[in-house]
Amino acid sequence: MNHRGLLKPLNNLWSLVLFWIGTWQARADRIGEMVDISLKDQFIRFASMEDPALRFALAGGVILGILCGMMGTFLVVRKLSLVGDTISHAVLPGVAAGFLWNMEKDPLAILIGATLAGLIGMVLVSQLTRHTRLKEDTALGMILAGFFGVGICLMGMIQRLPTGNKSGMDKFLFGQAAALGWEEIQIMALVGLIALSMIYLFYKELLVSSFDPSFARSIRIPVDWIHHGFMLLLAFAIVISLEAVGVVLVSAMLIIPAATAFLLSDRMHWMLLWACMVGVMAGVGGVFFSFLGQKLPTGPFMVLSAAVLFALALFFAPRHGMLARWWLRRSRTLRIQRENALKAVFHIMEKEAFTKEGVTVIALARSKGQTLKATEMTCRELERAGLATLSHEEKALYLTPDGMRRAQTIVRNHRLWERYLTDAANYAPDHVHDDAEEIEHILGEDTVRMLERQLNFVDRDPHGKPIPTIQDIASSGQAQASKGQGMSGYRNPS
Amino acid sequence: MSSERKPSESIPLEIHDLTVAYQSKPVLYGIDVTIPPGKLIGIIGPNGAGKSTLIKSIMGLIPIEAGWIRLFGEPGKRHLKRVAYVPQRESVDWDFPVNVLDVVMMGRYGRLGLFRRPKAHDREVAWACLEKVRMTPYADRQIANLSGGQQQRVFLARALAQECDLYLMDEPFAGVDAATEASIIELLHALRADGKTILVVHHDLPTARNYFDMLMLLNMRLIDFGPTEAMFTYEKLQKTYGGRLTILSEVADAVRQNHES
Repeated sequence: MNHRGLLKPLNNLWSLVLFWIGTWQARADRIGEMVDISLKDQFIRFASMEDPALRFALAGGVILGILCGMMGTFLVVRKLSLVGDTISHAVLPGVAAGFLWNMEKDPLAILIGATLAGLIGMVLVSQLTRHTRLKEDTALGMILAGFFGVGICLMGMIQRLPTGNKSGMDKFLFGQAAALGWEEIQIMALVGLIALSMIYLFYKELLVSSFDPSFARSIRIPVDWIHHGFMLLLAFAIVISLEAVGVVLVSAMLIIPAATAFLLSDRMHWMLLWACMVGVMAGVGGVFFSFLGQKLPTGPFMVLSAAVLFALALFFAPRHGMLARWWLRRSRTLRIQRENALKAVFHIMEKEAFTKEGVTVIALARSKGQTLKATEMTCRELERAGLATLSHEEKALYLTPDGMRRAQTIVRNHRLWERYLTDAANYAPDHVHDDAEEIEHILGEDTVRMLERQLNFVDRDPHGKPIPTIQDIASSGQAQASKGQGMSGYRNPS
Repeated sequence: MSSERKPSESIPLEIHDLTVAYQSKPVLYGIDVTIPPGKLIGIIGPNGAGKSTLIKSIMGLIPIEAGWIRLFGEPGKRHLKRVAYVPQRESVDWDFPVNVLDVVMMGRYGRLGLFRRPKAHDREVAWACLEKVRMTPYADRQIANLSGGQQQRVFLARALAQECDLYLMDEPFAGVDAATEASIIELLHALRADGKTILVVHHDLPTARNYFDMLMLLNMRLIDFGPTEAMFTYEKLQKTYGGRLTILSEVADAVRQNHES
């Protein structure tokens, strides 16, 4: 694992922000008339963890968050989210069977029953896919709904039994972290530890087999064993999360934290870390809200907390969030607008053979076919960017050395590209302008040098206009140094 | 080499009477070939000739119907670790959370075995391989932000990092730009100078003449194998490309349908 660039400041800031927001919700929301003690007192009671049931519930939420985060990460990158969904619903009849075994809520029996049901479900899916025309998504959908339906029937039966009502089995649908006892926490901690160590020990095998299974096979990594081992671990993780989150929503706890992490990271170990953090926050948030609401089911609140965190990442994630992408697009558009304005200024100056030092705003507006007001705004924008200065009274625009350099570069890119299209790609000269209008803004320096070389350092574009050279661009920075000498587009204007 | 002597370890690849079927349809028939070490060899043939299938069956990714394959004198997967496989620039998930260096490091995993972590030496080798393909400025980039030619070079660097003796490449030049193609050839020549053996499935006949020392002409059967110039005769190429073996294909279809009903 690579620890270079560990915790860049932005990542650090993000984790703090998310944690603060995650707990801010708790402070600011009102649960209404269900709370007869004040919110502040509830929070203090929560934070001080006097309530033993609360301590177990929190421990369960934390373990669940870490486990679901880790397993969910691999589900998402291996594109197995639907499989996770199927297993998590297919376990329900197993849960019911576990209860019916001894007619009491025996955690171990339920665990075994649920795992068996999950595994049987998966075996059925693969058999269906292999021996019939049915595709995998069909088989998954059938097993998910079919097993779940059977499970609901069994749960209904259990409720009608004399011991059924007090069994606490109804908590398995939507989860109740408050029902977690010492036994359950022990099992959860054990499975959590096993999962952590498996992922640690087999990290590189998991990574390669997830990324490129045929390459993994070619370097003798046992891809099939890893897949089956992972599925088994997944089944365990789902089953021990059932009591806290519930059968209906455990797949959400697998997927949402991992999906959030996917938006926040570009490397696997960071994604794992983020997924665990989001999972823990969601787990704790769910416990807290259900605790506030006097033992409302925890599952939905965990999922809601996770969903809020996901929404935050969706909007505010540094590279992949919508805000970041919008910002990038906007700054790109603005840059292109600025460069087009610079080009227009350059063209006017060129037409006057660089005899004048600047252009009038009116002339600029006329050449671009814009209103005076719009042009004035553009001019001010150029001034703000340090590319030009406006005379007082804002009647004339003068390019700064930076602005001149940038204008020359754009014009050079444009005219070189036009020449390339006509000479090397056999475009007609009247077809090349629009293409060059787009390309001029994005040509990198290396590509431009290659163009120059390929075109044998040609000095005119297809319309006869001179192409600024690198020396021209470099010297315009020094032009202002010599007094009284106006800035010319070219060192040796013809 | 008489058949009584023990198969030589210096022969990187020996194939005898290989028949491979792909989903009940015979794709390769009775392939017999001995690959000499230290040569750059092209595998040429029309589409559907079984070129990729041959490579995959050498790697053990596809089951064999008949015949055997020996790598460095031993059958089975004994010496598979000395073979590096560069598959077609396939459907890799480009959004996967790894960067360029991570992918090249994966080439070192095969040598590490279970439970071991990559060491500093592995990083150095990975870095050196990135330099050989001229991708070091991109080491930190997530793989989606690369052009087609750059992606191909990353997978090539991964194969180099495996430090193998036999390289099998499936159409490494497909869809790459001219600059990348030139640098790949340069790399292959360097490997050959190091004594490595390289088999390349190639799709373009004219360039095959310039690139390879020897050519294997394949069209479900081995048409011929030998020095490049000797392979470029009209009859040989006609046999390989012209007149696809229609009867053979139809019989193959019939066999498949027979299996399925």
